[in-house]
Amino acid sequence: MTTIDHGPIGLPAANVSYRTCPFTGRRIERNAELLIRANAVAAVVFLAVGGLFGLLVALTRWPAVQLLPAEWFYLVLTGHGANVLLFWIIFFEIAVLYFAATFLLNCRLATPRFAWLAFVLMVVGGVLANYVVLQGDSTVMFTSYPPMMADPLFYLSLILFAVGALIGVMVFFGTLVVAKAEGTYEGSVPLVTFGAVTAAIIAVFTLASGAIILIPTWLWSMGLIAGIDSLMYKLVWWGMGHSSQQINVAAHIAIWYAIAAMVVGAKPLSEKVSRFAFLMYVLFLQLASAHHLLAEPGMSSTWKIVNTSYMMYLAVMGSMLHGLTVPGAVEAAQRRNGFDRGYFDWLTKAPWGNPAFAGMFMSLVMFGFIGGISGVILGTEQLNVLMHNTIYVPGHFHGTVVAGTTLAFMAMTYLVIPIIFRRDIIWPRLARWQPYLFGLGVAGISLFMMGAGTLGVPRRHWDISLIDSIIPYEFASGAYLMMGLNGLSAIVAAAGGLLYVVLVVASVVAGPRLDRPGATLTFPLHKGGAEAVSHYGSAGTLKIPGTIILVAIFFGAFILYYFINWKYLSALWLFN
Amino acid sequence: MAIDPPSNRLWWKEPIHRIELGWIIIAFLWGLFMFFFMIAWHFIGNQNLSTESYRVLPERYQERVELFAEEHQLLDANGEPVDVDGVPVVSPPPGEDAYLLGRLWEWWPVLELKKGEAYRLHLSSADWQHGFSLQPVNINISVHPGYEQVITLTPTETGEFGIVCNEFCGIGHHTMTGLIRVVE
Repeated sequence: MTTIDHGPIGLPAANVSYRTCPFTGRRIERNAELLIRANAVAAVVFLAVGGLFGLLVALTRWPAVQLLPAEWFYLVLTGHGANVLLFWIIFFEIAVLYFAATFLLNCRLATPRFAWLAFVLMVVGGVLANYVVLQGDSTVMFTSYPPMMADPLFYLSLILFAVGALIGVMVFFGTLVVAKAEGTYEGSVPLVTFGAVTAAIIAVFTLASGAIILIPTWLWSMGLIAGIDSLMYKLVWWGMGHSSQQINVAAHIAIWYAIAAMVVGAKPLSEKVSRFAFLMYVLFLQLASAHHLLAEPGMSSTWKIVNTSYMMYLAVMGSMLHGLTVPGAVEAAQRRNGFDRGYFDWLTKAPWGNPAFAGMFMSLVMFGFIGGISGVILGTEQLNVLMHNTIYVPGHFHGTVVAGTTLAFMAMTYLVIPIIFRRDIIWPRLARWQPYLFGLGVAGISLFMMGAGTLGVPRRHWDISLIDSIIPYEFASGAYLMMGLNGLSAIVAAAGGLLYVVLVVASVVAGPRLDRPGATLTFPLHKGGAEAVSHYGSAGTLKIPGTIILVAIFFGAFILYYFINWKYLSALWLFN
Repeated sequence: MAIDPPSNRLWWKEPIHRIELGWIIIAFLWGLFMFFFMIAWHFIGNQNLSTESYRVLPERYQERVELFAEEHQLLDANGEPVDVDGVPVVSPPPGEDAYLLGRLWEWWPVLELKKGEAYRLHLSSADWQHGFSLQPVNINISVHPGYEQVITLTPTETGEFGIVCNEFCGIGHHTMTGLIRVVE
């Protein structure tokens, strides 16, 4: 039997070398460290490019500025989507997956050569996509809906990137197998790793959907297939397009738990509830791709209702549970840490000067209030008609993907740089302000775009004055105001984003070295967390009154906004 | 901590605290409510997007719209055809079919409808995908080439209403508009 227990998979590879992290006491393997670094650096590069494109988009949509000519606007908008929504986020997610499987499980990375292959494919795909888009004949938007056709290389670049990402996800699964076989952890995987597993499972069918639709579309663009049905494309493409945002949700919620644990020593209130909430994502989140087909011909109402409700809102329930358990875990930990007075002492005395915590908590609040609520409204069968394809839609997903995911990833970077790059954060005063600057800008972007969308402003549109049209139409003056405020917010967010990129690059290149004995962190990790907080939650002594108040406010806002939209719908012309 | 394996190896046997349990129940019930409210709106509401759709060849659809425009062309007091900047104004009889064509880059033709009357509005595209966005009413519907969607639409107010395109359709996308007039 021993031969089975110590089968080939259990044998440590020959060239494995570990070091011990002085701040966490965990083992970090060399290959894992290098690959986390490589993927994180690539992520930040694509964020810088995509963020610049985003600023140009917002300044063009500011009616008083209208920076770019129309042709450039649509080109840059195509590049903005691909760079930030795909490349920045998926590179960072691969880094998070490797982090969750190696650092958190004290394990080596499985098949580092395949991990490098994945990295190279993703870089080639990302660079090629930018090259093709900038050539100018692939201005088809991120969604590339047929019958509009792009250069074949555009589809090929996305396929290469998706294949690379899929290999990266497989390396993650392989690492889990190695960790189990080599016994690098006891019992079940940590909650954060569990969240990463759900993200990876969602990633598999997301990337598969992408391959299923992009490969025939690529063949079509080369003239090998006669046509691509526009409705079929939309259905399958959104299996990638929307589901990839569900990878983000699972990944950034895992990061919320990770940062709460590392900075304030938070322990999940209940492992069972938090894992159950993640499980709901695996089972139901992908149905959300139906959100994009609510105003389309050809689908029955039953199909729309079942899918768009994520099968009776069971995935929304998952998010609502995290909305209680994450701040609840922070509150319980903070009360343990000695901030036990009143309802909100734990929150006001939280480490707001630590950019990891500040970014994480703002991500949590804005994801729930801005991105989450608006997402459910948009995804309601009838209400969708009010905002479908208006700029409300980008308003919503900047609330989820930028205020939620990107801000959480930025926050995580402030922990990854010391632990993985072994450099301290340079210019801590600036770093302290970075999440606030970015968060404020993004909140503005999301809310003002949603406001403009409510007034009917279309998305992906160069000129809402409609001056060059045969038949003119004048939007309400409030729409112009909203688009102007959106432009201002974009400048604030871009300043926060630029500050992030500069801080990351400067810290990695010239930050104080942490690989010397006695080095300390500017933004300290929580000390001795495990023992101090190991037992609350399972007992009946849980005390989280502040969180209950916050959750009640959230729920009240949700219900109110939900019914406001039904009221608004009922005032429309009649149609059925 | 969340970054360590659960301290209790039998974590799935731990009781759930009543605060969490209460919130699970509330979230579940709210989800059920939202689910059934969509179904209920099909019975109590007057705004439910039709799912009546047909496959159609874009050329054939275009021919039908042109025929429709010819048949119901609005004439002024002198018997002259009415147009708006060269686009014909078409006045279909109440209760009957009205056709609208999305193409690069206009919504064609201009429709004149009567307030309070129901029309079977047909929507399709001659070329690429377009977005029918009626403003400032804010009814937004996707339009595909090869698919014809039929919506029974009843205007509830008079005036001039713009149709903007809100699906990206190439370099002239921001010039694509149309018009629906509603009269008493």
